[in-house]
Amino acid sequence: MATPSITKLEPFIGKRIRRKEDPRLITGTATYVDDLQLPGMHFAVVVRSPHGAARIKSVDIAAAAAMKGVAMVLTGRDVADLACVPCGASLPGLRVPEHRLLAQDRVYYVGHPVAVVVATDRYIAKDAAEAVEVDYEVLQAVADPEKALAPGAPAVHPQWPDNTAFTFHQEGGDIEKAFAEADVVVKQRITSQRLIPSPLETRGCVAQWHAAEKSLTLHTSTQVPHLVRSLLAQMLGLDENRVRVVAPEVGGGFGCKLNLYAEEALTSHVAMKLGKPIKWIESRRENFLTTIHGRGHVDYYEVAAKKDGTILGIKVKIIQDLGSYHQLLGPAIPTLSVLMIPGLYRAKSMCADVVGVFTNCVPTDAYRGAGRPEATHGIERMVDILAAELKMDPAELRLKNFVRNEEFPFPTATGLIYDTGDYAAPLRKAMETVNYTELRKQQADARKHGKLMGIGMSTYGEICAFGPSPATPAGGWESATVKIEPSGKVTVMTGVSPHGQGEETTFSQITADHLGVPFEDVLVQHGDTAIVQYGIGTFGSRATAVGGPALYYAIQELIIKIKKFGAMLLESDDVSYANGQCTCAKTGKSVSIKEIAGAAYRAMKLPANTEPGLVATYFWEPTNFTFPFGAHIMVAEVDPGTGAIDIKRYVAIDDCGNLINPLVVDGQVHGGVAQGLGQALWEQAVYDDNAQLVSGEFMDYTMPRAHMMPWIESGHTITPTPVNPLGVKGVGEAGTIGASPAAVSAVVDALSPLGVRHIDMPMTPEKIWRLILSKTTGSNA
Amino acid sequence: MTVTITVNGTQHTHSVEPRLLLIHYLREHLSLTGSHIGCETSLCGACTVELNGKAVKSCSIFAVQCNGAQVTTIEGLATGDRLHRVQEAFWNEHGAQCGFCTPGMVMVSKQILDRNPDPTEAEIRHGLEGNLCRCTGYQHIVKAVQAAARVRA
Ligand code: FES
Ligand code: FES
Repeated sequence: MATPSITKLEPFIGKRIRRKEDPRLITGTATYVDDLQLPGMHFAVVVRSPHGAARIKSVDIAAAAAMKGVAMVLTGRDVADLACVPCGASLPGLRVPEHRLLAQDRVYYVGHPVAVVVATDRYIAKDAAEAVEVDYEVLQAVADPEKALAPGAPAVHPQWPDNTAFTFHQEGGDIEKAFAEADVVVKQRITSQRLIPSPLETRGCVAQWHAAEKSLTLHTSTQVPHLVRSLLAQMLGLDENRVRVVAPEVGGGFGCKLNLYAEEALTSHVAMKLGKPIKWIESRRENFLTTIHGRGHVDYYEVAAKKDGTILGIKVKIIQDLGSYHQLLGPAIPTLSVLMIPGLYRAKSMCADVVGVFTNCVPTDAYRGAGRPEATHGIERMVDILAAELKMDPAELRLKNFVRNEEFPFPTATGLIYDTGDYAAPLRKAMETVNYTELRKQQADARKHGKLMGIGMSTYGEICAFGPSPATPAGGWESATVKIEPSGKVTVMTGVSPHGQGEETTFSQITADHLGVPFEDVLVQHGDTAIVQYGIGTFGSRATAVGGPALYYAIQELIIKIKKFGAMLLESDDVSYANGQCTCAKTGKSVSIKEIAGAAYRAMKLPANTEPGLVATYFWEPTNFTFPFGAHIMVAEVDPGTGAIDIKRYVAIDDCGNLINPLVVDGQVHGGVAQGLGQALWEQAVYDDNAQLVSGEFMDYTMPRAHMMPWIESGHTITPTPVNPLGVKGVGEAGTIGASPAAVSAVVDALSPLGVRHIDMPMTPEKIWRLILSKTTGSNA
Repeated sequence: MTVTITVNGTQHTHSVEPRLLLIHYLREHLSLTGSHIGCETSLCGACTVELNGKAVKSCSIFAVQCNGAQVTTIEGLATGDRLHRVQEAFWNEHGAQCGFCTPGMVMVSKQILDRNPDPTEAEIRHGLEGNLCRCTGYQHIVKAVQAAARVRA
């Protein structure tokens, strides 16, 4: 037994610590799903519709099936008895089309799976897929949601000629009164175009059937292994405890892997039928066509305000392009937009009408921000437009309308309770960073010289840490198990499923500090349903903000056990625990966690009613969401000759509460801003009138590259949330949410001397050049 | 067809289909899965390897074209336990998030520094142009290249 030597350990929380996951990533030794090779493995390729809408007259598989090396070809008829791809969103009156694993008599979008071919190797499978002959009768398709709503539009699903999947209304406060009392009402149509999430690793899976045990193992590139397991077991009629889902190393998700896809079920089904391990890897072209898209909004806003700038009420009509089917959460996404319509502002009245529209496109669903970027983009644009109308400075207008510090917890017009905040702080900090007053002077000067310089800003709030279970389709809690091994080393099993966010590191930091053990002694495991108790997964900026507290509480439970064994070893009932040592208050003697662990498993002289071992599991249910906030400022110059936008400065100040690892937080902000700027400046899923995806390759879908990105000056204000004991709020989506309105704000500000009030995204040079031309010459080039 | 290729210092001889891409040869015949496939159309750079000292996209070249060549992949960059300075810098500067682009990014970063030991930020960004990353916004990758430049080989 050691003599007391308790030294205060250096805290790990709050430090810029390089990540534990990186050694395998930088040496190329990580295992992504396509890296798996199993004995006897076959390769599956999906045959897909080249048409946006068509009737399938016949499918001829004879030539493909006869090819050497082909083991199986399945068409719609072969899977007609299998369950449909599930939709988890429940809205009153929601129309849910039957989403079969393979098309039955019709195809509804380009990329719609029609058949699956399985062969001994991927080259043969591809050749055979090309040999499948499908005879189509091409039908009229519709890709634009507003056109789909027009009378006489082609019906995506013949049984619903109005193409309406659902309507949804929400109102708060007294909207009639707000508009009646207004001195000014500003209106604007604002779009948030369809985006293609494009993680660098496409989807893919490997399914293996163990016939003797009637059990299935599916390795799949997913953000939600446990949800996939529960849903897949249901679909395939398997016992849930005999389905093991593993998310190996996952190469990015951004929401598009928060789903159960037809191909995951199809690959599993084929593996069960053939008795061979089956690999299916999505090509990039397939990823563009068939993995969910994001956004897809056309919004009509009206904002009522007093002359002094006080915002009274906000009305919005949201047209959500849902595509042809519902994936897991699609129809629920625009309802998240509705919740965030009030933004950071005090306005007590709102009214929103959503219509979900079927189009002959791939379904939309959660993409980084999922509904909140659309709302923030809309409301921030409207505040700018109101400022222009009132000839007020946009910063001043925002500061005037922010929820005040003493008003928290603040009930919003949409029924949320904002946890905590100091909404002016990040805006002030961002303004100081760019020296706002000076900058406006420079701008006035630049304008005199004919330069188009703009200063744009956005102040955004987020709804994060998804979320209390009643507010989510599948439970919003998170879990953690902390196990001290007999040797004293610590294993953490978390229910979140990181795929780039770095929780192997940040959760090690939390464990090191709260359990009082060395950082290096902690191993964090995740993503395997055979290892992890159960979990919800990683999305909605929830991993650290819900999974972190679950870990914290599991540690607290474990400390109670540790103290029991410490008391046993020290033969005292008055022991304390700190820094990996149990200490007797009276004698000052202490025992280390290593000694305690040894005794807990050796279990030689357990007191009565004591459970051996040192393991604790905690499922934590949050009481509320968290509401991070922040401010972005972008300074840009527009070239009138080319329409090119030169970003001079980009400042992002976020308040995500306490920072566990600022290095990782910076990375999240940078990546988020890149995706937000991607939407603002370059990215757009373009379908033509025949519902052909025109931007279906990296060549045509302009994702930001290194030379296109500005240097991001990121900083923080820190307002810890009271919702969880770590005071963390989540940061995965903040950058994306703040960036697109700031960018549009900057470019509109640059062009405001020409009378420009709003520009829809993406602000490509061509669009800007045409706009300048039309404003300066009146010509519509 | 028979090809003989030296990969990470070891000579391999295989009989392969003429249409086999170098990336598939590396990943499936040699089980070197560190180089990734992000597009197969030479637009993402996840498959970047060094071929006779030059960074190339291994999805856009056939294995048979590499007969007699020297190839270095991400797996061949570290010396024993000692990471290459670019790898070390990616670790220190948090240049990787999901890691899928990382092997390609490391290989192209090495090439940037091989050609220009002291590149400016703009030169680094220009050098990274052919490689996509969806996670990092590139800033920590740029910082990693800058940090590696400071170390000097
Ligand atoms: S896989 Fe080779 S460039 Fe994308
Ligand atoms: S780290 Fe994920 S794509 Fe670059």
